[in-house]
Amino acid sequence: MTTAPPAPPVPSRALAALRRDRGFVTGAVIAGLMVLVALTAPLLAALAGQDYTTYHDTLLDSARGGVPIGGFGGISGEHWLGVEPGTGRDLFARLVYGAQVSVGVAVAATFLEVLLGVTVGVAAGLGGRWLDSGLSRVIDLVLSVPVLVMAISLLAIVPQDWPRPVLLAAVIAVLGWGGTARLSRGETLSLRTRDYVAAAQVAGAPWWRVARREILPGLTAPILTYAALLLPTNMVVEAGLSFLGVGVRPPTPSWGQMLSTATTWFRADPFYVFLPALMLFLALLAFVLVANGLRRALDPRQRELTR
Amino acid sequence: MIGYLARRILGAAFVLLALSAIVYALFYLAPSDPAILTCGKGCTPERLADVRAAMGLDDPVLTQYLHFLQGLFTGRDYPAGPDVRHCPAPCLGYSFETDQPVTALLLDRLPVSFSLAIGAEILSLAAGIGAGVLSGLRRFRVLDRIVNGLILAGYAVPVFLVGLLLLLLFCVHLQWLPFPSYVKFTVDPLLWAQNLLLPWISLAVIQTAAYARLTRAGLQDALAEDHIRTARAYGIPERRILWRRALRGAMLPLVTLTAVDLAQIMTAAVLTETMFGLPGVGQLLVGAVNQIDLPVVVGVTLLTGLLIVVANAAADLLYAAVDPRVQLR
Repeated sequence: MTTAPPAPPVPSRALAALRRDRGFVTGAVIAGLMVLVALTAPLLAALAGQDYTTYHDTLLDSARGGVPIGGFGGISGEHWLGVEPGTGRDLFARLVYGAQVSVGVAVAATFLEVLLGVTVGVAAGLGGRWLDSGLSRVIDLVLSVPVLVMAISLLAIVPQDWPRPVLLAAVIAVLGWGGTARLSRGETLSLRTRDYVAAAQVAGAPWWRVARREILPGLTAPILTYAALLLPTNMVVEAGLSFLGVGVRPPTPSWGQMLSTATTWFRADPFYVFLPALMLFLALLAFVLVANGLRRALDPRQRELTR
Repeated sequence: MIGYLARRILGAAFVLLALSAIVYALFYLAPSDPAILTCGKGCTPERLADVRAAMGLDDPVLTQYLHFLQGLFTGRDYPAGPDVRHCPAPCLGYSFETDQPVTALLLDRLPVSFSLAIGAEILSLAAGIGAGVLSGLRRFRVLDRIVNGLILAGYAVPVFLVGLLLLLLFCVHLQWLPFPSYVKFTVDPLLWAQNLLLPWISLAVIQTAAYARLTRAGLQDALAEDHIRTARAYGIPERRILWRRALRGAMLPLVTLTAVDLAQIMTAAVLTETMFGLPGVGQLLVGAVNQIDLPVVVGVTLLTGLLIVVANAAADLLYAAVDPRVQLR
């Protein structure tokens, strides 16, 4: 009798699949760069010798309404990506600091959503009938809130001196944890019928140990794939809110806010719109590619987004 | 069926009530005092007291909320200085900023938002189903690739980015279209469509990709089913099999999605309306937020909430109506 070689544990198999996945690797590299840019924004700006608040009136053509002097939005050795029309603030500095807001808010909001959603979902799935139906009602309620509208309204009524990025992440998370909760509840309900979970419960393990030891490991893959897609979604929401003027407060730059400024400079300085648009698009595409790859590797049933 | 219907509607009503209570509580318990906000700059203590009385802010919150609910059904009067402002039956509040009932403001703006949402939905259904069928039949590999790319892009490109680039290309650079400005359908249907074309396209991009993906997946599943094989064995032409049998199965998930998506588009349209300068509900909200006109903000939030709840319920019921396999419990 020959024994089959032991199967490699799932995570390493998934990792190997991820490493072979060209889309995932491309996405991961760009996403990693974006995170790096966000983390080192002050350093990068210092390297360029610029900051995002200083006005450079001398670089603007006042005869043409404040359009940057020179081609391509006033690109020069001093200002690597040109300056903002109207104010002459350095675009490179504003873009890298914008990454801080976009990436930071999206990551923080996603983290909060997962924390909240998994907690409520697992509690509903493991709890008794009453807890489950009560929490399910709450989840239904959260899922029927119009996110963008509610976020705009909430951000308008909170005191204006509260720290904006934190507030943005919190508002996006509070309105957006419903999906994660519904997913975790469903997975928990299916996991708890498994023998090993029943065994742990029979052996007298308290509920919190069952949740941590038996349920959470089983939740990792579906939640990871779901959260990976939540991240770009949250980034879109943040950009949209900033575009509408309820996001971060000036002078703090954000890509969405820059796009909104760009609409007023459409005719005079069409080049201005491309940089924030490109950054936003690249960041979103990178995170979507990562999510797509993760799904392919971790979720054999659903395979990838595009199939 | 009737029992299910009753329970579904009751459930939706509960969600709506809870939503209205939460929205109301949030906005009137918020750290910003609505009276000071409404009163505006240069507010004297006497005027502030008047505003507080007019808005009923001196009552306990629960009483205020009950008055609000009552106003929804019977209408209510707001004392404003010497005269009284009347707010007729479905009263969502009174905007002192614009001196109009919120309901009237909303009704004024709704046709624009509906035009936007319905056009975008029809456009994305047509394009999505078309692309989905073509790539589901696997006759054109290139198309398959394009649809795949579009689906990924659909996740990655926010609506307002598409809108911006469309504006830049067609209105500024090529100048094929005028800068959009809303024309009523009843005034000139052609101008109405022409002005809404770019907003429709920018809103449709995301939904189109999702519909294409669903159609393709549904078509592939449906084509693998036994009754299709039987139909083929009977010698029924392939074209007929596709349109009469396979597509019908593939369309089911789309029917329910359409209802939900219509409501989603209405909320996503906030950005589109602002960008294209269309006077819809979304623009009303952004304007109200900038003016800190709280009653309008509450009204828009509740209206969009209502749309989503109704759409969700409608989707469930529609699903049961079109698919005989669905058992209602």
